[in-house]
Amino acid sequence: MNVLFYLSSAIAIAATIMVITRYKPIHALLYLVVSFMAVAMIFLSLGAPFVAVLEIILYAGAIIVLMIFVVMMLNLGSETAQQEKEWLLPKVWLGPSILSLVLLGEIIYLLLRSGTGNASFIFIDSKKVALSLYGEYIIAVELTGFLLMAGIVGAAHIGKHKKKHLHRFLQEEEVSTKIEVRSTKPEDEKQTKPVAYKP
Amino acid sequence: MTVTQHVLIVVGVLFVMLNIAAGLIWVERRMLALWQDRLGPNRAGPLGIFIVVADTLKLFFKEDWIPPFADKKVFVLAPAIVVGSALLSFVIIPFAPGIVVADLNVGLLFFLAMSSIGVYSIVLGGWASNNKYSLLGALRGASQMIAYEVFMGLSLMGVVMLTGSFKLSDIVAAQQDMWFIIKQPVAAIIFFIAGIAETHRLPFDIPEAESELIAGFHAEYSGMKFGMFFVGEYIGITLISSMMTTMFFGGWLGPAFLPPWAWFFIKTFAFILFFILLRASLPRPRYDQLMETGWKILLPLVLVNLLVTGAVALWTRG
Amino acid sequence: MFSHIRTIWLTFLHLFKKKVTIEYPEEKVKLHPRWRGRIVLTKDPDGGERCVGCYLCAAACPVDCIALQATEDENGRRYPEFFRINFSRCIFCGFCEEACPTYAIQLIPDFEMGEYKRQNLVFEKEDLLINSQGKYPGYNFYQVAGIQAGVKGKGEGDNEEPPVDVHSLLP
Repeated sequence: MNVLFYLSSAIAIAATIMVITRYKPIHALLYLVVSFMAVAMIFLSLGAPFVAVLEIILYAGAIIVLMIFVVMMLNLGSETAQQEKEWLLPKVWLGPSILSLVLLGEIIYLLLRSGTGNASFIFIDSKKVALSLYGEYIIAVELTGFLLMAGIVGAAHIGKHKKKHLHRFLQEEEVSTKIEVRSTKPEDEKQTKPVAYKP
Repeated sequence: MTVTQHVLIVVGVLFVMLNIAAGLIWVERRMLALWQDRLGPNRAGPLGIFIVVADTLKLFFKEDWIPPFADKKVFVLAPAIVVGSALLSFVIIPFAPGIVVADLNVGLLFFLAMSSIGVYSIVLGGWASNNKYSLLGALRGASQMIAYEVFMGLSLMGVVMLTGSFKLSDIVAAQQDMWFIIKQPVAAIIFFIAGIAETHRLPFDIPEAESELIAGFHAEYSGMKFGMFFVGEYIGITLISSMMTTMFFGGWLGPAFLPPWAWFFIKTFAFILFFILLRASLPRPRYDQLMETGWKILLPLVLVNLLVTGAVALWTRG
Repeated sequence: MFSHIRTIWLTFLHLFKKKVTIEYPEEKVKLHPRWRGRIVLTKDPDGGERCVGCYLCAAACPVDCIALQATEDENGRRYPEFFRINFSRCIFCGFCEEACPTYAIQLIPDFEMGEYKRQNLVFEKEDLLINSQGKYPGYNFYQVAGIQAGVKGKGEGDNEEPPVDVHSLLP
């Protein structure tokens, strides 16, 4: 189990490094998938198969596909890469990297201090997950439910068709009837000058 | 179970599945022809079965062309994912008592995970081809498969509720008295529809719709790379059919005059034939019709099904 | 929804219907008498060539696949010196048959003329000539034609008056 844990951790770290160094966004996302799978493997080796499989289904299977979707539709070219290169000045990335390095040092310190470094193996099946979700963490589940509901309502609202699309032939017809109305107006004897056409 | 037995099962499952996938080339052409009042391939070998060999050889010897404008690494990776993820799913299918590669306690979720990995083959294949039609096919395929994965997973949850386990051998054992098709008819139908969409088979083959997108995501593929998509589709059909058998039609269970594995294969084969019958009879829906049916009809139905199943399960327990 | 299920069921029933496939090499296709297939040159009832080398078929041919050269024998009867049809170009339209004034060139119900070499599809006169009268048995062009070409004497043809001595018609 230990070997599996360290192997998959190494893969996860390597894949994540590849993610931030790839030139093409799709390649980066593919490495991200590998990283998620490695994380799932870590969960599995720690005795949480349920979380491991959910990690693959949700993150690798759904979220990254949606990201790829967006990348495909954005049609990123070499200009965007150039722009990104301009944005990545040292003053931009220096601060966050130093903070992250501090965090990394803390993690290493904690890992070294905890002695053997052996991850404890407790088998957690789906029933335990369910019981704790609907027992201890019921409020968190409900709040997540609210949040997702808001998301769904928002998506439905944005996705609603507001404009009624007419076929171009039908639009022509509408315009032509209006023009007819306008052309009748100068014939009106009361008006000395033609009124400007208002749609 | 000894190690040799386990290795034998692994090799046996792989061998049988790849052979079924190859043999389906013949089965599909023959059955499709019969349903269209034709005879189909009947020249090479007895009943024309050697067309499988001829077709495979043809695919192997065709020029394996990688377009110069393609993203080469991803282009090569995509066909491997479709076959790999489909074959990996067979790990959890119990063919008979004891004959299963790995009876995971999250077996069902593993199947869903692998089918969600399978989406990548379409997305990456279409994107790496660097072709407008392929890209359109990939976009359609991705949204179709992600959408239908939701209903597929949710429709199976009713069965999980009744069984109380994600383990497929437990699910089959729970159908000893009554198949789940009787308790969960709505779920079975929705699972089958979602399965067709997931394998992008013919009524729902809009990612590759040849009349509008030429061949969709695999327009640029040739030779054995195309063959991988081809075989992957057939493995997908076999997978959905065997999942249907396992989840709703009692798996290996059946009267004792036939061995359990024979019952499993008979049921699976019946579903494979139904897949082909659907191809022969139904026209392809429009893309927006497919998505609307999914989100506006199937999703509420499957949620209601879950609700009712949960309520009845609680009520019967007292 | 029910229409879909009905469609599936009706398609399933087609499993038991009679198949329309004709398994060709074993089971021959039924060809009708006027089916336009391989082109042949027919013969008179007395065994002479019908073709008089008038070039009308070559002129009518839309793909220019017919080539011939007319000549005459010692009796003054016209016949083709060579007659060549390139079947790799022929579209079997039947215009040559319609153009032919002597019923010599005819299309017969036969299509089995596949070849591995393209050159083998060029048919010479000896390949085209058949020992038959084709669709018009009993027809002999020189028997009804006015001229004398060794088939019949002057005025001995069908529906033909004996020649009038122009000197006897003088007033």
